[in-house]
Amino acid sequence: MKEIKVLSTTATLGYGFPPESFRAGLERGPDVIAVDAGSTDPGPHYLGAGVSYVDRKATYRDLSFMLKAGRDRKVPVLVGSAGGSGAEPHLQWTREIIREIAQREGLSFKLAIIHGEIDKEVVLKAFDEGLISPLPPTGPLRREEIVGSTHIVGQMGIEPFVKALEAGAEVILAGRSYDPAMFAALPIMQGFDPGLAMHMGKILECAAIAAVPGSGGDCMMGYLREDHFLLEALNPNRRCTPASVGAHTLYEKSNPYLLPGPGFVLDLRETRFEAYNERMVKVSGSRLRTVPYHIKLEGSKRVGFRTISIAGARDPVFIRQVDQTIQGVRKRVEENFSDIPSEKYRLLFHLYGKNGVMGRLEPQKEITSHELGIVIEAIAESQELANTICGFARATMLHYGYPGRISTAGNLAFLYSPSDVTMGAVYQFSVYHLIKVEDPCALFPMEIREIEGGKGWE
Amino acid sequence: MGVKLIDIASVIRSKNSGPYELTLDIIFKNREWYEKIKKAKVIHPGLISRIYGLPEEDVREIIEFDPVGAIKINLKRPIVSGNIGDTDIYGAQQHAPLLGVEFSELD
Repeated sequence: MKEIKVLSTTATLGYGFPPESFRAGLERGPDVIAVDAGSTDPGPHYLGAGVSYVDRKATYRDLSFMLKAGRDRKVPVLVGSAGGSGAEPHLQWTREIIREIAQREGLSFKLAIIHGEIDKEVVLKAFDEGLISPLPPTGPLRREEIVGSTHIVGQMGIEPFVKALEAGAEVILAGRSYDPAMFAALPIMQGFDPGLAMHMGKILECAAIAAVPGSGGDCMMGYLREDHFLLEALNPNRRCTPASVGAHTLYEKSNPYLLPGPGFVLDLRETRFEAYNERMVKVSGSRLRTVPYHIKLEGSKRVGFRTISIAGARDPVFIRQVDQTIQGVRKRVEENFSDIPSEKYRLLFHLYGKNGVMGRLEPQKEITSHELGIVIEAIAESQELANTICGFARATMLHYGYPGRISTAGNLAFLYSPSDVTMGAVYQFSVYHLIKVEDPCALFPMEIREIEGGKGWE
Repeated sequence: MGVKLIDIASVIRSKNSGPYELTLDIIFKNREWYEKIKKAKVIHPGLISRIYGLPEEDVREIIEFDPVGAIKINLKRPIVSGNIGDTDIYGAQQHAPLLGVEFSELD
């Protein structure tokens, strides 16, 4: 029977995994070890600022296990969406970690580095040629969003990975990638059914999240065969059930029947989830339909600087009329800085105990809590102005004389000294669009390097 | 006989589906309840729009997922994840209004 075994170590590189689970995976003889390092879930900051949302030491730890095992067993190790957002600084950050591990362990391997950052000029050219389309519910892209972005990445499909594997790469480090690509590339290259390979990758990219009990920090094995695949949680305390794997198919996606990817739609309308044994699930019927090749672009831009102040309130008279007090504070800020145009800053008040979590979606309008958590937030064109606005709003709210006030010494309980925290640059997503391409590899340049005994990086 | 959604579902959750959308999943405790709710068509854009205070056109889709016995609801985020004023970057705590949903007549 034809079979390929894919070992997924953890849901996000750096989230960790028990060494016993990893060992159990290795004992089963994987043909490839892969991990997804990225997501847009943590928000626009990480892409915009070019920093990882996962800790360096934690990433080093996970990669160290994977690279050593890959070399011991002569099995390729694939890392996608390097550093979380997969732009150039994230790729270099991860490359540096791999270099340290290779030097310390004296590892030898052929390394492929595939870049995921897309030059703004390339995006602008495609924009001018009408090759960029919106991904609903986003609207059409505007030129200034491209120009204003600090980083733009494209989610590469399996093709750049296949190209690297064909070039003999034993370790592949890639920028922003379609999450299942690292898991599906080798199976598809070897002629396995692309629909099943992609669906299996879709589940493996979250590792043991699809098991019960679920975990983002544990290993999972996929066994792809000719007309089905099997999933096995490698920790004996977890198992895969048709319900747990089926439920995962819904997770974080809009339409669970038709999943769009680079150059295809994965059709799960005929998919069956069955128990294979007590701990494993058999999946069959998933099909892949090719469509014109589009790559998802993600961009983030800087919109200002933030300062916050965290406080609490316990006085029922204050809590009862907090909205009017906030209005009064806003007015005082505007009056005091009447020389600063109001579009130069934003002042926000987050009230935990009222609608701090759901904002305008909160259906419950009355405050029933005996205390409130208050975050005063100022966003401005410069850090100095954000500090000024936040500081003045905080001092004004502390001593604000609202009607019926009994506690005349101060309205707020500050959590910290200093009461105000400088948060730095604020980013927001600027590009979330599709770009039409002819060659799936054209946007993603690759370098190949021979690493010998940890050397060969220059 | 009235029935509360929370009594017939094993999972009620919310999460981002990309930075611009929220996706709500209701996984029913068993096939019977799923089929009953599906047949009665009681989870519809009007209900979701009412409990979230959103215009009906922002309830983008309601999808019945037979393989699992689940209903998925996609909402346009009122504020894009991480934009100024957003209060839930991952969108993981926007499910609560569903917990209070009650159906009076199902048959």
